[in-house]
Amino acid sequence: MEIFVAALTVFMLAIFVGFEIITKVPPTLHTPLMSGSNAVSGITLVGALLSAGTQYTMLATVLGFSAVVFATVNVVGGFLVTHRMLRMFKRKE
Amino acid sequence: MYDTLINFAYLVAAVLFVLGLKGLTHPRTATRGNFLSAMGMLLAVLVTLLDQRIVSFEMIAGGIVVGSLIGVLLALKIRMTAMPQLVALFNGFGGGASVLVAGAALIEANLHQATSLPQVTVATVASGAIGAITFWGSLLAFAKLQELLRKPLRFPGLQVFNALMALAALALGLWVVLRPEDTQMYWVLTGVASVLGILLVAPIGGADMPVVIALLNSFSGLAAAALGFVLFNNVLIISGSLVGASGLILTQIMCKAMNRSLWNVIFGVLGPAGGPQTSADEMYEGKVKSTSADEVAMLFDTARRVVIVPGYGMAVAQAQHALRDLANVLESKGCEVEFAIHPVAGRMPGHMNVLLAEADVPYDKLKEMDAVNSTFQQTDVVLVIGANDVVNPDARTNPNSPIAGMPILNVDLARTVVVIKRSLSPGFAGIPNPLFAADNTLMFFDDGKQAVLNLISALKEV
Repeated sequence: MEIFVAALTVFMLAIFVGFEIITKVPPTLHTPLMSGSNAVSGITLVGALLSAGTQYTMLATVLGFSAVVFATVNVVGGFLVTHRMLRMFKRKE
Repeated sequence: MYDTLINFAYLVAAVLFVLGLKGLTHPRTATRGNFLSAMGMLLAVLVTLLDQRIVSFEMIAGGIVVGSLIGVLLALKIRMTAMPQLVALFNGFGGGASVLVAGAALIEANLHQATSLPQVTVATVASGAIGAITFWGSLLAFAKLQELLRKPLRFPGLQVFNALMALAALALGLWVVLRPEDTQMYWVLTGVASVLGILLVAPIGGADMPVVIALLNSFSGLAAAALGFVLFNNVLIISGSLVGASGLILTQIMCKAMNRSLWNVIFGVLGPAGGPQTSADEMYEGKVKSTSADEVAMLFDTARRVVIVPGYGMAVAQAQHALRDLANVLESKGCEVEFAIHPVAGRMPGHMNVLLAEADVPYDKLKEMDAVNSTFQQTDVVLVIGANDVVNPDARTNPNSPIAGMPILNVDLARTVVVIKRSLSPGFAGIPNPLFAADNTLMFFDDGKQAVLNLISALKEV
């Protein structure tokens, strides 16, 4: 139970940090914010790696493999397309 | 010791995510911010591979190669106008991954005969259900934005059906929590959540898409955070909740900009249309003045301040590059040019800004609604291109209008308004726009891009 409360604490604090930072993002950058934060939510990849690599059962491994593919698309595509967009904003200093 | 090292690296990754998001608060630091986030992700992935529970790397390597190929291809090939559907698609993939990982975790927990704590199973259920809604909701949003599905789907009793599905999902979730060994019920649950995801997005129309995308973005984060509770992994919890918060804030901003509640966007039809409504024919009859490129060019020639108001129509017509050229020509004649961006213009938050940035319009020329609204009275010409409801003065003046109270760009206060539009057809709200019949409005009927190109050549001849 303690470990759960600790996790809940981290969760709540992170939500507040998120609110504080993101309210300061200007509307001009809202699309890159979405695609960038989207890429961050691909952090599920960490869990996917564990499911794919532990090989307890065939089914879990197959699920893990698919999850790795999904999450990698999310992460790699997300960061790359955000970079593409942000470069357009940066050119005109 | 090993675990401590891994957890310490996760902490560093989480800090990098926070710094990365902080970088996004200014265009100058944004690229670096995105890079920091990417580094955080790389670090998190690399240290996870050190985990001793991992016995085989073939599946992992295969998955990463396939996923990277697809991701790189999509990210590099996509046109900027198609950005909303790409974000929806990526979002869906993130949600889908959460469903699969939570399912695999449930199988493993059963295999170890470990009596998993109820709160862990609750998190598993939450991750699976939210993930499934995100996955299918996002795929449907993608299909709509890509115009594979053109019409919003509604049928009588849809709300009741959705409510029943939500109840069923709750019951199934409870079942899995009480009897985690029934793994198949988890998959039934995700099935029900999938149907719910599809039916929640299906009835929502085009102009409400910014809200839907922002909300699904938030969901994908929450699914990841829930997964963090399943796996006792802090980096998942932290990044998931950051994304969840980010999506929620954007959802809130979008709803406010339409003066509608989230509930109304998702479940309702457009506001109450109290009182007698003016029909389009009555409103427009004999009052609409049509104009030509030459006439508008003359107006521009003497103007000292011009404000351009782009909407989704600009994206459809791909007119952003032509608009930039027009702004340059005007500026070379000593005219002040700004772009006024309504928060819900386009199909996702910030959509117009990205398109104009792609066309090399400096970001300090893009003005937010609140900043620009006070300047319209000192503006000689406003050029509206592909926007309709967000410049409808009825929102301000007619309390009976379905969009009454929605914050709008007060373009009607400018000396002259030029509206580039193909026809007098209504916008998403389906109501006529008195702006088109106003004394100081000129209608320029043409395709957006063609109209701007004609304007430029006419301006060069003046």
